Amino acid sequence: MKEELIIAGFGGQGVLSMGKILAYSALMEGREVSWMPAYGPEQRGGTANVTVIISDQSISSPILSTFDTAIILNQPSLERFEPTIRPGGTLIYDEYGICKPPTRKDLNIYRINAMDAAAEMENVKAFNMLVLGGLLKVRPIVTIENVLQGLRKTLPERHHHLIPMNEKALRKGMEIIELIND
Amino acid sequence: MKGNEAIAHAAIRCGCDGFFGYPITPQSEILETLALEKPWETTGMVVVQAESELASINMVYGGGAVGKRVMTSSSSPGVALMQEGITYMSGAEIPGVIVNVQRGGPGLGTIQPSQSDYYQSTRGGGNGDYNVIVLAPASVQEMADFMDLAFTLAFRYRMPTMILSDGVIGQMMEKVVLPPYKPRRTEEEIRRECPWAANGCKGRKNNVLTSLSLDPAWMERHNQHLQEKFRTIRENEVRYEEYLTEDAEYLIVSFGSAARIAQKAIEICRQEGLRIGMLRPITLWPFPAHQIQALSERMKAILCLEINAGQMVDDVRLSVMGRCPVIHYGRMGGMVPTPEEVVEVIKNKLTVKF
Repeated sequence: MKEELIIAGFGGQGVLSMGKILAYSALMEGREVSWMPAYGPEQRGGTANVTVIISDQSISSPILSTFDTAIILNQPSLERFEPTIRPGGTLIYDEYGICKPPTRKDLNIYRINAMDAAAEMENVKAFNMLVLGGLLKVRPIVTIENVLQGLRKTLPERHHHLIPMNEKALRKGMEIIELIND
Repeated sequence: MKGNEAIAHAAIRCGCDGFFGYPITPQSEILETLALEKPWETTGMVVVQAESELASINMVYGGGAVGKRVMTSSSSPGVALMQEGITYMSGAEIPGVIVNVQRGGPGLGTIQPSQSDYYQSTRGGGNGDYNVIVLAPASVQEMADFMDLAFTLAFRYRMPTMILSDGVIGQMMEKVVLPPYKPRRTEEEIRRECPWAANGCKGRKNNVLTSLSLDPAWMERHNQHLQEKFRTIRENEVRYEEYLTEDAEYLIVSFGSAARIAQKAIEICRQEGLRIGMLRPITLWPFPAHQIQALSERMKAILCLEINAGQMVDDVRLSVMGRCPVIHYGRMGGMVPTPEEVVEVIKNKLTVKF
């Protein structure tokens, strides 16, 4: 098993932490993982993306130019990464901030309205966990249980009371993701 | 865990006595992790955010002079500032560890990864005839493992030792097994192991640690002694790793993060039946010249892959001495080659021509 993902958006959306939680969860399952971020000097607003590789075998290059799966959270990232997804691969995007939706015919394209769902949950910070839930619905790379384990590991203890809310967001994300092409 | 975090944890665990550093991207997590871990409350390791890189390296000079395991870390422009301190340490034969998590240059450059400090690291970097031992980790695991090794070598040969990493290995996260805890040495142990240290001269002649002598005859003898030491290191401390070289017709020579990219490119080429392997120097100085020379006898051609304009390729060519063609490929200024890009280079520039 090997999954090569890119998660891309702008700083502050939780792009890097989503990748980190995914990588930790896979680590819990005894997989080999690599997490390679790329971002500018800004703490918010700059472009941010992370390459996550999860594999049963040892990982050579942490840097890739093509991917099995892309999670796209803003328009510039869509333009940059849509062409890099391998034929038959998966593209997940949030409609919010996307003015020109993806056009490729050889991909499984999913839309998730995570920004709206986060607003409904009255917690915009749940955004990335909603998206992660959506990913795990369509690409069950790791189990929700191990994601929660991963969260316990990555979050400082003073934030552990937020784990149930994160679980809710993960499960909500699984419900609201929709395939938009066949 | 990130490579930078691994460095910090490994430093605490290998009995490091002190860290002196100044923040700079992409290595700030080293100082941040140390500040979070508060080793001064556990092992007694001192962590100081100095006022500059110059202060950091001179604090390392001071700590090393009294026989303590001390270190600093920075990124390219910061390490450039430290060169004066490093050459002084080399002249005065003071051990210490410098971690360089390289970024693109020249000048202030970028904050993105690069390997363009190869020359600076392997040629000494400061004034005078000297080298520092340079270790090049290619994984987060090696970041952790090389910390203790760097201190061991620095004290074995009484000289500054460098861990030359880059923004890829520093920033990436992967699985790591941290080394077991090793206690910091006691004052008695330091006295026993470092009879040269300037740590109090009660009952003995005082030790003087300096790089200055106005007597050129003495200075030449001192230089000859240093060169003798460097020769011993070249004979005993070369480290490297070979990957699929047994049946190879083509060879990639690559270090650090570039070697990871090369490995992926080799995987792709091997699937297509191309017999290609890699030699990865782990010590950049001393350089595995004999091993590359031996391999070059049976190679059609060699590709030197490094994330710079072509620096290690000089050492590869000096090792190969024309036995087979050697070409270079690299990116600069913070851009990193992708495995597919390297595959294209292998197909279009290496195997079709030679």
